[in-house]
Amino acid sequence: MNYDKNDKAFAAYLAQKAPSSKLCIGCGGCTATCTAGNLTEFNIRKLQMLVKRGENEEACKSLYKCMLCGKCLLVCPRGVDTRKMILAMSEYIHRQS
Amino acid sequence: MYYDNFVLPFTIGINILIIYLIVRYTRWIRSFPKQDRKRIVKGMFSAKTLRAIKEVFLECLVHRKVYRTSPFLGYMHMCFGLGWFLLIVVGKIESTVYHTTAFNPPYFAIFFRFFHPANETFPYSNVFAFIMDLILLLILSGLLLAFTKRLYSKALGMKKTTNHRPFDLLILTVLWLIFPLRFLAESFTSGIRGGGSFLTHTAGDFFSQFLPLESLSYPAWWAYSSALGLFFILLPFSRYMHIPTEMVYIFLKNWGIKQGTAFNAFSEIQMYSCSRCGICIDRCQLNTSLGMQDTQPVYFLKKIRHHKEYAVQTENCLMCGRCEAACPVDLKLNALRLSKREDLTRITKYTYSYIPMVTPERRKVAYFAGCMGHLTPSVIRAMQHLFKQAQVEYTFIDEKEGICCGRPLMLSGNRSGASVLMEKNKAAIEASGADLLVTSCPICYKTFKEDYGLNIEVMHHSEYLNRLIESGQLQPHQADYTTVFHNPCELGRGSHVCGTPEAALKAVSHKIATRYDGLNSLCCGGSLANTHITSTQRTKIAMDAVAAYAAYHPDYIVTACPLCKKTLSKKSTEIPIKDIAEIVAENC
Repeated sequence: MNYDKNDKAFAAYLAQKAPSSKLCIGCGGCTATCTAGNLTEFNIRKLQMLVKRGENEEACKSLYKCMLCGKCLLVCPRGVDTRKMILAMSEYIHRQS
Repeated sequence: MYYDNFVLPFTIGINILIIYLIVRYTRWIRSFPKQDRKRIVKGMFSAKTLRAIKEVFLECLVHRKVYRTSPFLGYMHMCFGLGWFLLIVVGKIESTVYHTTAFNPPYFAIFFRFFHPANETFPYSNVFAFIMDLILLLILSGLLLAFTKRLYSKALGMKKTTNHRPFDLLILTVLWLIFPLRFLAESFTSGIRGGGSFLTHTAGDFFSQFLPLESLSYPAWWAYSSALGLFFILLPFSRYMHIPTEMVYIFLKNWGIKQGTAFNAFSEIQMYSCSRCGICIDRCQLNTSLGMQDTQPVYFLKKIRHHKEYAVQTENCLMCGRCEAACPVDLKLNALRLSKREDLTRITKYTYSYIPMVTPERRKVAYFAGCMGHLTPSVIRAMQHLFKQAQVEYTFIDEKEGICCGRPLMLSGNRSGASVLMEKNKAAIEASGADLLVTSCPICYKTFKEDYGLNIEVMHHSEYLNRLIESGQLQPHQADYTTVFHNPCELGRGSHVCGTPEAALKAVSHKIATRYDGLNSLCCGGSLANTHITSTQRTKIAMDAVAAYAAYHPDYIVTACPLCKKTLSKKSTEIPIKDIAEIVAENC
């Protein structure tokens, strides 16, 4: 895996549309409380990491499992707007298609 | 035949306006879905029409709802609405009594003082003259208030008034000119040949002392007619389109037309019905807490109407409904905003195929804590304690493998995704065999009630606890401490549940009445509907809300929403935030 060759346009779009995503420290609080994560392999911490690394395909696969319930938003100690992050990702994929 | 060339600007203007309005409204209504058109026909010949007429009188003319914001503001709007209406109606009656036929040309009543020889009396002519002068005085007093409002809006109870386009300011000036011009024209005529009453007659006598009224009177009638004509021609392209459109909206609303999920012709009618009074600006906490003054409904609708970019405004709304509760036109502002939020995802029922089928125990009462409820386990514990105390057997629908109710997805414009979740939850609720669903989360409550189509009763836990207290199944004692109630947006304004939570709270504590009770409650800032503001900005809204409640020095700030509790708790270090279920549980 060569991270330098990955497409970073998705990550750039995310950083621009949801700048608070840059504040993530990867604590995993969001994932621990996640309604979807309680039922399936869905991990917001991992999702944003994948996008930042340019592993877009894998990120897209799990993105829509999110129910946008907003629990993660309330537990995030860094004030990352996680819902906005998910919506920005959806918007990017929508625009690409 | 009563005619003079000066009536032409008025006559041309009113005819152009009427033709334009007929074409416009016909186009809009023709583009309605067939079902809605049927509703209109059905509603037209029912009592709904009478209700609509009453509402038109109270809201479009008297401006009853504006009085709630400020009596001065209400009076100002009433002077223009009711005043102008009476001027037309009484003027028409007066001219009919004089002329003995109702079929005199419209301009005859409008310019009656010009055509009527003052020395010729007719039944009640003095009474009519007095009433007409009184109405004109009413309008002129409103005009004075309107002018004061433009210079210093706080005098009329508005901290912030709307910023209008230059074009709207132009037509505003034309409107403001109409009534002084009428006053001058009638006074000048009265000064020359008599007539009029306490206002125009006295003014006429006064002006005749130092003005050449013979040469001023006729141009004044021309100016009055031209101002009217110009106003009518400009009206469809200005905010004053709200005057006729608001009436159409009230009729359509009463006949059963509703704002759907899409922005359609009915949405456009609402958009044109917005008078841009600006009452929503002061109500919006994005303005009062964050100083944002470009996202309130007045500006959102203005941007859509004038084809400006409104993507930010679409997202930047808490959907707390404070604006909607105060809107004098009763526009469905949340639904309008939501209709502009697009679904950008590709969710199908397979996307959520990972969600397991839940088969809860069969009980008469089903309890649904909601995602946010699970973030506040103390609320769930309190509810479990209360169920036990009241000896109610219940089934906990989302105890272990619960899913979201779908409303947060809907608030993001994703209706297809929400419908998948709704189906799954609905199946679980129905499998429980319950005839009552109790939920702790107002977000879930609203969508269960409005979108799920459940055939069972749905109650928020605050309503349910009040019922248990009233029926004696719960017998709490009244604690010594004082409380204030923060009614969650989705419960109070969103679902019209205001009285019952307050009654329950009064039974268990000394509730302090605040100016935020009922439909005036504040938003905690945690709203999931806004995806534009940052976490710091949310915190600021929460801080201001806490400060507003803290001013009453309560022992507890009580809410009925886990999201509000969580959001407010972050900023209330001195006064504990509790859920109503916790307070009731403490005292049982």
